[in-house]
Formats: sequence, C-alpha cells, structure tokens
Amino acid sequence: MKRFFFRIIKISFILALLYGLNFVFTKQVNPYITQIINLIGINIILAVSLNLINGHTGQFSIGHAGFMAIGAYGSAAVTVYGQNIILAKLLFVPMAWATQIFFIGSLLFGGLLAALAGLIVGIPTLRLRGDYLAIATLGFGEIIRVIVLNLDFVGGARGFGGIPEFANFFWIYFFAFITVLWVSRLIQSTKGKGLLAVREDEIAAESIGLQASRLKVFAFTAGAFFAGIGGGLFAHLITYLHTNSFTFLKSIEIIVMVVLGGMGSITGSILAAAALTVLPEALRVANEWRMVFYALLLIIMMILRPQGLMADRELRILKR
Amino acid sequence: MTEFLQQLVNGLAWGSIYALIALGYTMVYGVLRLINFAHGDVYMIGAMTGYYAAHSFHPSSGGLGLAVILGTSMVVCALLGALIERVAYKPLREAPRLAALITAIGVSLFLQFGGQLLFGADPKFFPQLIENRPLIQWKGVVITNIQVLIIAISLGLMIALRFIVMNTKTGKAMRAVSFSHTASQFVGINVGAVIRSTFLIGSALAGAAGVLVGLSNPKIEPLMGILPGLKAFVAAVLGGIGNIPGALLGGYLMGLAETFVTAYLSSTYRDALAFVILILILLIKPAGLLGKVVKEKV
Repeated sequence: MKRFFFRIIKISFILALLYGLNFVFTKQVNPYITQIINLIGINIILAVSLNLINGHTGQFSIGHAGFMAIGAYGSAAVTVYGQNIILAKLLFVPMAWATQIFFIGSLLFGGLLAALAGLIVGIPTLRLRGDYLAIATLGFGEIIRVIVLNLDFVGGARGFGGIPEFANFFWIYFFAFITVLWVSRLIQSTKGKGLLAVREDEIAAESIGLQASRLKVFAFTAGAFFAGIGGGLFAHLITYLHTNSFTFLKSIEIIVMVVLGGMGSITGSILAAAALTVLPEALRVANEWRMVFYALLLIIMMILRPQGLMADRELRILKR
Repeated sequence: MTEFLQQLVNGLAWGSIYALIALGYTMVYGVLRLINFAHGDVYMIGAMTGYYAAHSFHPSSGGLGLAVILGTSMVVCALLGALIERVAYKPLREAPRLAALITAIGVSLFLQFGGQLLFGADPKFFPQLIENRPLIQWKGVVITNIQVLIIAISLGLMIALRFIVMNTKTGKAMRAVSFSHTASQFVGINVGAVIRSTFLIGSALAGAAGVLVGLSNPKIEPLMGILPGLKAFVAAVLGGIGNIPGALLGGYLMGLAETFVTAYLSSTYRDALAFVILILILLIKPAGLLGKVVKEKV
C-alpha cells in the first residue's frame, strides 16, 4: 500500500513537472529551440519503440518510418475530417477538455492502425531471418509510402495540410515517458525476458517452451503501436504531412539512433535520439558541409565505439 | 504483342544495369556478410567519372572513346571501393554486424553529400558519345544500338566475372572465404587481400553500370544512386544474396518487372510493385530464388 502511494506521488510529480515545463517552453523559450526539444521527444518514442524490435528481440527491421507514417496519416485524418462531427458529440465536457480527449483518441487510433500493420508485417517474420527480414520490412515501409502517396483524401503527392496543432511539449513528453516506462517495465517482466531469450538464441528459447514466433509478432505489434503514436504527435506538431518525411532515410535515421545508443539499451536510445536530433541543427553553421560532417561523425563514432554509446547497459533509474 | 516485345527489350537493357550493381552487393555480402549501402553511391561516382572523362573526348570519337571512358570509370570506382573498405569497414571486422552496417550508411551519406559539394547538386547531362539510333527493326519492335551495347557490355563483364570467380586463384580464394573465414585462414588464404579484391571487382562493375546508365538516361546527379542501389540490393536478395547467378537473375527480373509495371499499370506504383514482388517471392522461397536453404544445427 505504501509503495502504491509512493508511486502515485511519483507519477503526479512527473506530470506536474511536464505541465510546468510545458508552460515554460511554450511561453518563455525561443520557438526554434522548443521545436527541437519537441522533435527530440518524438524521436525518443521512435527510437525506444524500434529498440524493442531490433535491440531487445533481435529482429532486424528497417521499415519503422512506414509505421510512423500510418500513425501520422491515420490520426491526422481523424482530426481533420472528424473535428466537426466528433467534437460536437463531446459537448458535455468543457471545450478545452474535449479537444484534448479528441486528440488523444486520434493518436490512439493512429497507433492502433500502425499496430495492425505491425501485425501484418510481423507474420512474415515467422519465416524470414536476418537480412531477408530486413529487406522485407524495408519493402513494407516503401509499399506503405507509395500507397499513401496515391491516397487522394490525405492529399496524395500534394501533401496533407491543415492539421490542427494539438501536440505540445506536455503531450509529446507524456507519451515519451509512457513509452520508456512501458518498454523498460516490459523488459523486466517474464514476457520481456522471453523477448531477450529469442534474441540470444531462438532455438534454445523454443526448447524451454517459449513461443518464439508469437513473441516476435508481439514485439512488432507493440513497436509499431508506439511508432504510430510518435507519427501522430509528429503530424500534430508540424501540421503538414508529406510522404517524403517517411522515406527509407527516416527509417535509417531511427536505426542509427538505436545502434549508436547501443542495441537493447533504452538509456542509449534516449541519449542518441537527443544527440542525433541536435547534431544536424548544431551543424547548421557549416552550411553545405553539414551533412558531410554528419556522415563523417557517424563513421568515426561507429569505428571508435561499435557497441554503441551505452552498449547494453542502463541507467539505474530504468531498472527498478 | 509488339508492345510486349518492345517492353521486353527495354526491360532487359534496364535489368542489365541492375544486375551489374547487384553483383557488387552480392559479392561483398558473400565474403563479409555486410550490406554495403555505399555501393549505390559508387555507381553514382562511376557515372560522374564517366561524365568528366567524356568531356575530354570529341563527340565523334565513338566506340574508342566509350571504351576509354568505361575503363577510367571502372578503375576510379575500383580504387574508391578498395579505399572505402580500408578506411571504413576494415576497422570493424570484429565488431557486431550492425555497427558495420551503420558505417556503410555513413559512407553512403558521405558520398552523396560530398558529391553534392564536389559536383554541384544540379543534374548534369551525359554527353552523347554514340548517336542513339535504331539498330534492329522487326515487326515494329525497335532495338536501339545503345540497348544492344548495354546488354552486350554487361554480358561481357558478367562472363569475365564468371571466369575470374571460377577459374582463377583469386576467385577460388573468394569462394573459400565466403564459405568460412577461419577455415580459409587455416589453408593459408590472405583473407584481407581477398576482401580487398572483392571490393575492387564489385566496385568496378558498379562503375561500368554508371557509365552505361549515362548512355541511356543522360541525366545524372549526386543522389541518383539511392534508389537504383536499393533496388539492386533487393534484386540481389531476390536471387539469393551471396549467390552470383542469383544476382543476375534478380537484376533482370527487377528490370523486367519495373518496365512492365510502368508500361501496363501505373508509373506511380512502380516502386511499390517491385517490393510487392520481392515480398511474395520471399514468402514462398525465404532464401531467395537461387539461395540455398541452410539447415540449422542445434
């Protein structure tokens, strides 16, 4: 009972802190910096969720941007087309609350849609391994992108504009917090240990009675769900979507975060997500040399520390 | 029927280019188990080298000029490939495979954006060394001399590659290394040297593909390697990665599939359909068309 109260106090403290920081960031800080900080939060969600698939379960997925795109377009379609219909039904709650509830609902819708796609992609993983799996996920990511590009009601090649700006510091870090909490708790649960066992040796895992294929599909579905949430937040932060934001390069960007942070380290993913979001911005002074430096730094970092920044270690706070 | 045959010819020419790039992917994968993401950009460097070399020739120099350009491009790319291997991949030989993959992505980005700095981001137009004219006309099907040239040069290079891999000492060593690094070392094979020659040969093929693509689609730019590189990789996986005849088959299938989809369906779905075919084939044959299914031993 005491522990329960302690946890409630901790969570309400974190929520209060996020709310306070939200006020600071929206009112006091330069919008450019706020935007970068918000993008870091979204990248944390994406990197931690991909880490669940690639780092903890050991399945090599390079189609994460596809799941992100589904979440982004799914939730944006709900808020753009459903605003008048659904909001009118929420009249019994105060307006400010209604929009928030509506926004969370649309995010969850996007997340579930992405999870469904994750389930569909997860099933071939029962047959494919290693690089073949990688290329299949890459293919799925591209297929999703081309399909979205040909959907007229979400703008197609023109891009999808006019998305309400619902996402802010509070919601982004709220979901980042939930993602990190959920994944780190999962990894310590029995199911999580099962995922780690599948990564280490699938045959050995099967021989002690774990259902490797079921665990793999679970990891794909859960990872895709959070990627979808991240995409939804991205859509409602930028307010304009184009399929060019969800190419193969975006997937690569997320993988680089996971590998650079250390496969299977949540702390590492968070640090690398922050570092790799800030780095291109910090290199803006270098103008056209920017991406060249970025590429060079990537090569040098990998050669100097191939196991990633954190290897597979965690900060104490993430392993209670 | 005419339309079908015409598309078949176009697809074969386009597939030759994919096959040449896919060979490099598959050879490197065979000896290192590494997806060399920078390979598509080596192909871009091949096209760019060809562009600058071609400017030193008079347009009328024709076949001889083309041979010299092809040679220059192949040598430059071979050296570049060996340099990339030495600087970026060799230090990571013992590291986890994903670390090497990220380095490969780093090299790829470096070549793309370094290329933008060096050559400028705007597209360039490959000089027309050989006039594009119909060579064979049969019942409305037109085969141009450039198409014939592309298919002939690619086939020539593939036969040369086959000779190297099957009939020379280096080739034998390559096959041994792709079987097992440790066992090769035991029998006295210099694994480092074999990996280097694999990169030399694979990159030279990509360089040749760059020049050939310059002949048929003259517009070249620093980011041109991304998509063909990706698709050539898909082609290599399709045929069974690490398998040389598989890469050829995959490359031609990819070229044909793309041409037919563009001709009969829609060009916007072209990129997606390539991947749909890939996934379907992988679902039926998970090790690729010609790949061997390796039984796992516990």
